[in-house]
Amino acid sequence: MTNAEIIATDPGWITLVKGLLIFVVCVLATLMSVWGERRLVARMQQRMGPNRVGPFGLIQALADGVKLALKEDLIPKAADRIVFVIAPIISATTCFMAFAVIPLSGPVNLFGQETVMQMTDIPVGVLYIFAIASIGVYGIVLAGWSSGSTYPLLGGLRSSAQVISYEIAMGLSLVAVFIYAGSMSTAEIVSAQDQWWFCVTLFPSFVIFAISMVGETNRAPFDLAEAEGELVGGFHTEYSSLKFALFFLAEYVNIVAVSALATTLFLGGYRALPGLGFTESWLGGWFTVIWFLAKVVFFFFIFVWLRGTLPRLRYDQFMKFGWKVLIPFSLIWILIVSTLRVLSQQGAPRSVLIGFSFGIVLLVLAGSSLFESSKKRRAQEDELGEVAVPSFPVPAIPGKINKNRTEQLNG
Amino acid sequence: MDSFAIEVGQTLAPEATLFWILAPLAVIAALGMLFVKKAVHSALLLAWVMVTLAIFYIAQDALFLGIVQIIVYTGAVMMLFLFILMLVGVDSSDSLVENIRGQRPLAITAAIGLSGLLVSLIARANLGVEAVGLRGANSEGNVQGIARELFTNYVWAFEVVSALLITAAVGAMVLAHSNPVKSRTAQRDKSIARFRGDSIAAAAGLPGSGVYALHNAVDVPALLPDGSPAPSSISATLEARGDMLSSKPFELEVKKEEED
Repeated sequence: MTNAEIIATDPGWITLVKGLLIFVVCVLATLMSVWGERRLVARMQQRMGPNRVGPFGLIQALADGVKLALKEDLIPKAADRIVFVIAPIISATTCFMAFAVIPLSGPVNLFGQETVMQMTDIPVGVLYIFAIASIGVYGIVLAGWSSGSTYPLLGGLRSSAQVISYEIAMGLSLVAVFIYAGSMSTAEIVSAQDQWWFCVTLFPSFVIFAISMVGETNRAPFDLAEAEGELVGGFHTEYSSLKFALFFLAEYVNIVAVSALATTLFLGGYRALPGLGFTESWLGGWFTVIWFLAKVVFFFFIFVWLRGTLPRLRYDQFMKFGWKVLIPFSLIWILIVSTLRVLSQQGAPRSVLIGFSFGIVLLVLAGSSLFESSKKRRAQEDELGEVAVPSFPVPAIPGKINKNRTEQLNG
Repeated sequence: MDSFAIEVGQTLAPEATLFWILAPLAVIAALGMLFVKKAVHSALLLAWVMVTLAIFYIAQDALFLGIVQIIVYTGAVMMLFLFILMLVGVDSSDSLVENIRGQRPLAITAAIGLSGLLVSLIARANLGVEAVGLRGANSEGNVQGIARELFTNYVWAFEVVSALLITAAVGAMVLAHSNPVKSRTAQRDKSIARFRGDSIAAAAGLPGSGVYALHNAVDVPALLPDGSPAPSSISATLEARGDMLSSKPFELEVKKEEED
């Protein structure tokens, strides 16, 4: 039985219970991930992180949340009041909706009812998540506009440009997955990965998706919409109290949501690691939830690691990277994947497939060596141009004779 | 796959409930779109109308169409629209003064005529006519059905439209693009200039304004270590407007006493 057929037999109250469970798990995950992120980043920066409230500081996030909710709720005079209130609500409601189509477990027994932990399975599940994400961005954009001041407006503008450009790259990275799974339903994509996970067979797609999912969630190093250093918080500068808490909640639920999507699409969803398939039947099938959560936590760790490691990109670099690197690269990759797919479906002999792949590799090598040589030539041309010699002392560049310095030493 | 397909021509109770809740909301939003003053409110109401339309499509078994409606129209087209509107600013609202004489009655007449035409046509096409063929079209699944039509019967039209769109996009870029006489200083050039300039001090950015703990506002220049005000710490605009305060009154009194 496919997931869609199992879900179709669910009585209404099971769907309600599942919805409630998903909501509770998401809110708990937010609290835990705020704590986890602060502890991890602290470790990376040689600090301790929050360790006062509760054991290991575990309920620090809860305490912060209560404090935040009790703060004064300000609405600036210049703000557009209606939109100012609606924006955080849009952000916070849409972020939960993606979980409706994500399969959290294999077949399990929930209160005596045979079911799967997935609210619904639609044939266009992944596109649905995309649609919801594109509505969620309205929250950020409207918050930026309605605040009626400069920094939020700039944050809102940046985020709308960012989303439009990175959603294209993200969508293109999924095309290869759809071609190989032969479906856009999340459950069928998971079951198409019973032999090889797509992160292995479609590695370039996985890389593009992983990069653009960081851009999609406004996280470092792509957090240009809130850029504390330049925009003082960007779109949420004017927000306080519960409204700010809603944005905060939305950010973390979004991280969990894209991690869950990446898990489903590329890491085999709720399935066990290869070779550990026997664990899938432990605890009456509920052990699959643990596999799923472990993979989501893995992605979350990557998010935190990135934030702890990389500085924020300059805005022009960010846009250039999206349009001139990610999008052309994924277009070429789609061409290769679909050619390979058609070749193997038409029953082409193995030698043709291998020859085709070999030709592609040769082309890529030739292209990259050409690119390198032109880069070297441009660097030489740059060297010939005039470079102002700074008046302050500079260390000698390795491999080059610094004339000033040798003169100084000699004379 | 066809767990969503219901008998054609039948309206199930949940679908009817959905319709009677969402349809009035959609109509109110559509009317509101015409009558609100601010352009952004208008755009938001239009986005809401698009989302409700998408929900109707999904309820009527056109899953793919509904989702694509949200991604393309709400997600991309309206977002671009908002992008432009935001540049206009939060305080502006359109003036309702008539510029062309007699435009309003003409427009109202034309609107009534067009809506009468549309309503009568749609009613003739739908009322009392059995809808057929949905089950057949969705038999392989909604997405597969659309894909088959799009890439067999309509592949030529599909490609012509995409060529048209690309031509339009490239054309707009060619028209809007002009070769600059001298290269514009981009963020990269500014960043390089900061490090290669005469003083390395500029690399760290300009100093912040305010005299710490006494007057921390943007209109007071910061004090340098020797006690003189730093002119680069406040915005040139404030200085030109005459909104700048002197930092003298905020200097610590204690220091003078110590000197005495």
